[in-house]
Amino acid sequence: MNEAVDFKIVEAPAKPISMNPKKFGMWLFIASVMMLFMSLTSAYIVRQAEGNWLYFELPTLFMISCGVIIASSVSMQLGYWAAKKDQFNKVKNYVAVTTVLGFVFLALQYLGWKDMISNSIYLVGNPSGSFIYILTGLHGLHIMSAIVYLLIVLNSAAKLKISSSNMTQMEMCTTYWHFLGLLWLYLFVFLTLLR
Amino acid sequence: MATLDVHHHIDTHDHDDHGHEHHHGNFWTTYIFSEDHKVIAKQFLLTGMAWALIGGVLSVLFRLQLGFPEANLSWLKPILGGWLTAEGKIDPEFYLALVTMHGTIMVFFVLTAGLSGTFSNFLIPLQIGARDMASGFMNMLSYWFFFLSSVIMFISLFISTGPAAGGWVIYPPLSALPQAIPGSGLGMTLWLVSMALFIVSSLLGSINYITTVINMRTVGMSFAKLPLTIWAFFLTAVIGILSFPVLFAAALLLIFDRSFGTSFYLSDIYIGGEALPNQGGSPILFQHLFWFLGHPEVYIVLLPALGITSEIIATNSRKPIFGYKAMVGSMLGIAILSFVVWAHHMFVTGMNPFLGSVFTLLTLIIAVPSAVKIFNYVTTLWKGNIRFTPAMLFSIGLVSFFLTGGITGLFLGNSAVDIQLHDTYFVVAHFHLVMGSASFFGMMAGVYHWFPKMFGRMMDEKLGYLHFWLTFIGVYLVFFPMHYIGIAGFPRRYYSWTAFETFSGFADLNMLVSIAAIITLAAQFVFLFNFIYHIFRGKLAPANPWNSTTLEWTTPRLPGHGNWPGEIPTVYRWPYDYSKPGSKEDFIPQHIPYSETPESNLPHENDQIKLDLGGAGVGGHKH
Repeated sequence: MNEAVDFKIVEAPAKPISMNPKKFGMWLFIASVMMLFMSLTSAYIVRQAEGNWLYFELPTLFMISCGVIIASSVSMQLGYWAAKKDQFNKVKNYVAVTTVLGFVFLALQYLGWKDMISNSIYLVGNPSGSFIYILTGLHGLHIMSAIVYLLIVLNSAAKLKISSSNMTQMEMCTTYWHFLGLLWLYLFVFLTLLR
Repeated sequence: MATLDVHHHIDTHDHDDHGHEHHHGNFWTTYIFSEDHKVIAKQFLLTGMAWALIGGVLSVLFRLQLGFPEANLSWLKPILGGWLTAEGKIDPEFYLALVTMHGTIMVFFVLTAGLSGTFSNFLIPLQIGARDMASGFMNMLSYWFFFLSSVIMFISLFISTGPAAGGWVIYPPLSALPQAIPGSGLGMTLWLVSMALFIVSSLLGSINYITTVINMRTVGMSFAKLPLTIWAFFLTAVIGILSFPVLFAAALLLIFDRSFGTSFYLSDIYIGGEALPNQGGSPILFQHLFWFLGHPEVYIVLLPALGITSEIIATNSRKPIFGYKAMVGSMLGIAILSFVVWAHHMFVTGMNPFLGSVFTLLTLIIAVPSAVKIFNYVTTLWKGNIRFTPAMLFSIGLVSFFLTGGITGLFLGNSAVDIQLHDTYFVVAHFHLVMGSASFFGMMAGVYHWFPKMFGRMMDEKLGYLHFWLTFIGVYLVFFPMHYIGIAGFPRRYYSWTAFETFSGFADLNMLVSIAAIITLAAQFVFLFNFIYHIFRGKLAPANPWNSTTLEWTTPRLPGHGNWPGEIPTVYRWPYDYSKPGSKEDFIPQHIPYSETPESNLPHENDQIKLDLGGAGVGGHKH
């Protein structure tokens, strides 16, 4: 900046540390989503402690969806690293793979529901089953929102708008996707341990 | 590679400049779908005021029933229509709806959206030195979600089965079963839809407030130099982000119970001798979820008012706020404790007595930071050069209500005492003073204090005094007798007392309360006149009418979109340099460097200048 100006400043107040407001906002959004699921899983614990609780096996498909969501997180991370190295084609491909895996995950969840229905576990009935529909359904809705986000990122990637010097969108999408993956793993472990 | 669209990192200085490029839109973009935080704040304020009026009128309607149970109200036929019985009395079902809607409107629409929405939006960018909120678009969205939610709640007042009537806490099974009361039909559905939208609005707002406070502060505005208003808004937003999703979860499960037949909250219910199919639910579960939001919500309502009060009391005492760090610490303490006391609303639900004493202990600990705050307000006033502006009077009124209402909290927080007082008028008196009236006074203080910045004109002081004294005395006349009524065992939400011989003794006291309520509501019209008339006809405001130190008073009389026409001021000192010994004026604004005030600098402040002079290159790496 202007050197002459600097000489007049006898006190140099520090610029407060700050990060990109959009990225920061994403973290806050994640915090509120986390609170939503924390409260529902707490409700699950409280309700379970009161007895009259129906026991049944979780659909095995949910285990496969864990694998799919981990794979999708890996491809998303590879895409992120590719973007940092300005490998434009790779970014496109990895984001596309993540999107497809996202759809596969949703399909698996849907099949998991069908599995539960064939075992006569319905949304309406003992809360032990209703909770699983609500938790997976709500998580699925968030995955859908993330898929929309992935498609937006894919569009930017196709227009070569994502590069090492323009990472905000890619970074935010990666954060959100990892978060939803972790959230599913948390829900899966939670539901497996607290049957 | 040629088509590569490279964006360079946007340096904050580029950011500063673009603020004054885009304004002068048309009517729609300037006043309706505006992204300017000041316009959005005014939108929140006006909507909140409209709701406050509706909520106030509803309360007077049910006070008429309680104070004058024998009166013939058929003169209200044009307004209430079918909600009056043949004898000209308020329909008992509608009475419940009135109470419910009064609570919902006041807690959420007036004291959450109207208070936080107005002042967080208005003051955060102005006081931290930012051009606007982090995301103007999200901010606009936040208002319009609130507006949509308001419209739905408003419509629910006029449907034939009436609005929600299960109390503002909407406990199931009452709220879950349409067969229970008429209000649990369509009215309750609209309530839930409206509140879901409200939660979205509140979260969008909170995310914006926190992001802005942390990331958009001007040069020099460290956390230790933030005005206490900003600290309060910041902590309020944090509480909102952590607690509103929980209300959303509670409401979501209730929606599923109501509309899809699940049994989260319902079990073993017989209606007309017939069992409902719902099995295995727990109504207590709802109370846990609801109060996990519900209690922090109390502080979402109160903290902004406390922040506003700190600012106004310091400014009008012409003294630095006493114990700045203690103020921040106590707000932080209140914010954290607010999450671990929710079960004190549930002492009589059959809770384990040991758990009850844990929650009693945690609840009583809140008295400590609250007392610190009151102590600091009083010590700030102590030997101050006090100017009794209307804003100052309302702030002192807040301190008074916070004290008298807070003391009864010590009684109610005890699980043993609460068994006697639970759900009586004692509770009503307690929370109306400590949370309702205190927050309302904080909001009023804020309006009087920042009106010149909002509209560029001054309000009339004499009308302000009249408004204050009528409201202040009115509020005490309404809520003080309620303590006695409550100790005598009168339960809340009862339609009529005349049926019980035991309770006939307090008819005169109830009448007094009702008359005081009517006068208090009438006093608000003095304010409304003062407010609306002086938006257009008020005396033009000087740039800094209260000789205040914070940054918003360095803007022009009517700041445009972008707030400062030139560069954003840099901050050198904390916001409470009032009556500093040696200083020519009795206030030194935050943007005045210490090097310009050698006469009033303290030794450590002088050292700071010297230190910076020594390293001439220091200025170089501040960019």
